[in-house]
Amino acid sequence: MSAVAAPLERRRPPRAVRRRRFLIAVADHSLLIAAAAAFLAPVVFIALTALMTNDQALSAHLWPHPFRWSNFKEAISTAPLLRWTLNTLIYAALATIGILVSSIPVAYALAKLRWRGRNAVMLVVLVALMLPPQVSVVPLYVMWAKLGNAVGFHFVGSLWPLIIPAWLGDAFSIFLLRQFFMTIPEEYLDAARVDGCGELRILTTVVLRLAKPAIAAVALFSVLYTFNDFFLPLLYLSDNPSSWVVSLGLSQYRSLHQVQWNLTMAATLLVMAPVIVVFFLAQRAFVEGVTLTGVKG
Amino acid sequence: MADVRFDQATRVYPGNDAPAVDALDLTIADGEFMVLVGPSGSGKTTALRMLAGLEEVDAGSIFVGERDITDVAPKNRDIAMVFQNYALYPYLTVAANIGFPLKIAGMKKRERERKVQEVAELLDITDQLHKKPGQLSGGQRQRVAMGRAIVREPSVFLMDEPLSNLDAKLRVQMRADIAALQSRLGVTTVYVTHDQSEAMTLGHRVAVLKDAKLQQCDTPRELYARPANTFVAGFIGSPSMNLCTVPVANGCVSFGGMPVSVPAGVAGDSVVLGLRPEALELAAEGLDAEVEVVEELGADAYVFCVAEVNGAPTKLVARSHARQAPHRGSRVKLRPLADEAHLFRPDTGERIDS
Repeated sequence: MSAVAAPLERRRPPRAVRRRRFLIAVADHSLLIAAAAAFLAPVVFIALTALMTNDQALSAHLWPHPFRWSNFKEAISTAPLLRWTLNTLIYAALATIGILVSSIPVAYALAKLRWRGRNAVMLVVLVALMLPPQVSVVPLYVMWAKLGNAVGFHFVGSLWPLIIPAWLGDAFSIFLLRQFFMTIPEEYLDAARVDGCGELRILTTVVLRLAKPAIAAVALFSVLYTFNDFFLPLLYLSDNPSSWVVSLGLSQYRSLHQVQWNLTMAATLLVMAPVIVVFFLAQRAFVEGVTLTGVKG
Repeated sequence: MADVRFDQATRVYPGNDAPAVDALDLTIADGEFMVLVGPSGSGKTTALRMLAGLEEVDAGSIFVGERDITDVAPKNRDIAMVFQNYALYPYLTVAANIGFPLKIAGMKKRERERKVQEVAELLDITDQLHKKPGQLSGGQRQRVAMGRAIVREPSVFLMDEPLSNLDAKLRVQMRADIAALQSRLGVTTVYVTHDQSEAMTLGHRVAVLKDAKLQQCDTPRELYARPANTFVAGFIGSPSMNLCTVPVANGCVSFGGMPVSVPAGVAGDSVVLGLRPEALELAAEGLDAEVEVVEELGADAYVFCVAEVNGAPTKLVARSHARQAPHRGSRVKLRPLADEAHLFRPDTGERIDS
């Protein structure tokens, strides 16, 4: 056949049909649209307030007039926001690396190795998962304070009481990784064993590669958790402003500056920005992580 | 290269009383293609995994050559294995998958690439080397899995139902390829399958397992011609051998009017008579039977009938020429070929040799 087929002209449905389909789509998503609006409203309110003068911020006007972009500069210069951000990054990075390094081998052992007492240890992990952090906070605080006295280093007031526990395993991360490791077919590991790998090598060359989505999800959860964490920094860092993280710093903005709402909101927006960027960049991994936490049938 | 020897090798899974492999004694000669065959739960895959080092040996021992490998880690056994689902790493290219064991062994990159190329040529997959396993067809994946096993030049190949995920046509083709490859490489091979036709066409010898025990190990021809018991008789051959219990009278049994002599000294008043479909012909005289189903296979046809044997309705299969195949529902006469009859003890199922 030498004739060239004419390109297919796609039929467009009539206008009335398209309109009806659009309205049905809106109706189908109406609940989601309403929920999205409810979630978006505070963010919009923060963004608008951040651009107002302080007088406007206290008035009934919603729209800034004029737009004061200098609020952001002022927010950074009036408080050590950069220092707090750096502290937050140190906390988030070291805690996340610690959680990954300590939780991955435990999860692998719980999911893929056969040993006596495995189920009992899993039970302990589950119990730890169900305990709220507030339960252990007082004894831990006392422990850090006493340890500080014993070794002559003030742990309380530093980031270490927040970071070091992450290097000793995290129940939620262990559980999530274990659930994912269980879904990795045993034959991949057996093949690696026959091909010459020991267990550590299997973990590093095979399991880590196959479990990338789960590991990304754990890292993401950890970064977000540490970034938003307020309770533990408040407990350990309150007395030492040079160690503050952003979540703690933001809460102190009001007392520091006699409630300058516009600057508080500008700082809040600056702090929120990286989280929002991380979320959009890693949205897929995040959603996969959420589905991973559901037990697969 | 090496021979392989199971010496009373036993595996009992934790929490189970019954062994999954029970005192297996089996010797596989250097360069031999041994097929382990049996139904689900017979212990064939467990036996293979014991040889690979992926299962503990709870009693007995396993040797490769003169070396006792019972407690040796899998990576030190010099054994390569092809898995049922191929176990190709989805994140590596075909070349990296084949080269994986060499990389683990610490071989230099250039040497590794040369070996991978050689193996790819042998398996005719050179143009697939840069692809990921997800982009390959089932047959190509199977070849890559074979490649990963071959590239190490191990002393023993293990294959765990490597063809069961392929369609029927491809399976027949790959079967021939595997047989040719094995004879060319001359490496001792242990192959597990539940498909008796695969076992019969591939194996130099076939070991039939049932309920964790070895039933018989012999060449395909011998297994077919002289099955050691009723299980092997029924398992090997398709359609299965007709087995029916018949009374002994005056030193012989009668089936369809044809006498089959029973060796002297056989105790009991009945035996199990085994007749393969080709040993049961349609004739003018013989056992009266009603045809239930006729399976046309082109040149031949299998005639599935019901007849009254020893007072009970019994299903029987006979082979006939396709042109002479009867219709469903018609009545036929079945006559056994007495020379090809097999006899077994009714209590133990063991073969009675004449």
